[in-house]
Amino acid sequence: MSESPEIFTSPHVLEFPYSRSTGPVIGSFLTALRDGVLIGIKGTGGKVIFPPTEYDPDTAEETSGIVNVGPGAVVTSWGWVNQPLKQHPLQHPFAWALIQPDGADTAMLHVVDAGSESAMATGMRVTAIFRPADERIGAMADLIAFVPEEAK
Amino acid sequence: MSKIPATRQGHRPVAIVGFSQNHSVRSDSTSNEVEMLLPVIHDVFDRAGLTKDEIGFICSGSTDYLIGGPFSFVTALDAIGVWPPKSESHVEMDGAWALYEAFVRLQEGDLDTALVYGFGKSSLGDLDEIFNLQLDPYTMAPLHPDLVSLAALQARAVIDQGLGTEEDFARIAARSRRDAMNNPFAQIKRDDDVATLMSEPYLVSPLRRHCLPPISDGASAIILAAGEKAFDYAEHPAWITGIDHRIETHAFGARNLAVSTSTAKAGAIAGVGEGHVDVAELLTPFAHQELIVKAALGLADSVSINPSGGPLSANPLMSGGLNRLGEAAQAILDGRATRTVAHATGGPLLQQNLVCVLEGA
Repeated sequence: MSESPEIFTSPHVLEFPYSRSTGPVIGSFLTALRDGVLIGIKGTGGKVIFPPTEYDPDTAEETSGIVNVGPGAVVTSWGWVNQPLKQHPLQHPFAWALIQPDGADTAMLHVVDAGSESAMATGMRVTAIFRPADERIGAMADLIAFVPEEAK
Repeated sequence: MSKIPATRQGHRPVAIVGFSQNHSVRSDSTSNEVEMLLPVIHDVFDRAGLTKDEIGFICSGSTDYLIGGPFSFVTALDAIGVWPPKSESHVEMDGAWALYEAFVRLQEGDLDTALVYGFGKSSLGDLDEIFNLQLDPYTMAPLHPDLVSLAALQARAVIDQGLGTEEDFARIAARSRRDAMNNPFAQIKRDDDVATLMSEPYLVSPLRRHCLPPISDGASAIILAAGEKAFDYAEHPAWITGIDHRIETHAFGARNLAVSTSTAKAGAIAGVGEGHVDVAELLTPFAHQELIVKAALGLADSVSINPSGGPLSANPLMSGGLNRLGEAAQAILDGRATRTVAHATGGPLLQQNLVCVLEGA
């Protein structure tokens, strides 16, 4: 054939053309993180659930009533990591911990940047360290770590 | 007529009449999932003395996240060769829950037999990253906690609440590895002394390497039969006299991690405490979890726990729970026990738990 064949082309864009809402409760929690504030929500009997959920995990009743908690908090359990994995939030030795802010009745998973394992203890007091206001995006990454209260 | 024990929940009697598992290995690099399952499926048919044509229902447990491709359970059916077509189902859970579905299906009364299998190649991916996907996507997964770090939080809670010590964890690991020396299918078989185990450095404190399960590739299969039919396939069928499963919140910061409420509930409904227990096979992949589940089920110190070596000596994901049901049943099938308990778990830190009581006639 002397003529080059005509090649038909059409654009095709692979996309995910929708965004997912985090809803009124998780959404409020993430928005509060952007504002540098921790919030919980009232469950059955007035118990404050943190991080907030749309239902009470024990009774399945709908929760209502956002309340500010923290930033001071208590470590309810912890494990010390000497060699952080590449996906961990901190790249120097730190503690994973369950952290129950003042005013809350349940705890959240996060990290404690305590320097050394000997600084860690169940029941120790810690406080939240946020990213600078202009870097916060309304996600868990807004919260850098918790640190021992006396160290702040 | 042979005797069938009364069922606690008034259900149609269903028994485990055959169990087969393959040798758990760190990495089965020469077989794909179908090839891993084939010998197990053939063996379980041989053990029960039936063919696939006599099977009324098939149910499997596996997870596509391990293989990294969709609908891998459909391919797995090639290990059976279901022609003419058969009624079949799958759960994206441990095979123990596939057994639960098959048990429920047999309650309909129109079918008398079921094949249940579970399989998982843990060696294919990064388990920390894969299991991160089961955590809360907004508050937990973005932090990328690994499996050992999460387990450490639970182990600390056990210690803090005075329910166990680091030495207890080491004793459980030593016993499991020693018992595994008698199990041809186990992976970690060693006679370790507790003092040596205690001298290991922490991986994530308070956990040392011996507190962790091995990473295992494996598969297993079970045949269920209902009513008198069970005696066609086994001399001593292992009758399911009680079975239940319960789940707790995924927000594990809202749970007391040292206590398993869901296991206690499922165990009470299954009737664990209604009689003596010869053997308990518990899917407690981290040593401290054995203490939690043992307490939740109210098991006496005299109960033989995980005589197979349990998950601390072989932990094939997605068939580990089915193995517990199989091992607990095998003790009855062999005439070594008359009443045994099996436990399986799913989700982070013992979130969901299944308990089954098995009895010989």
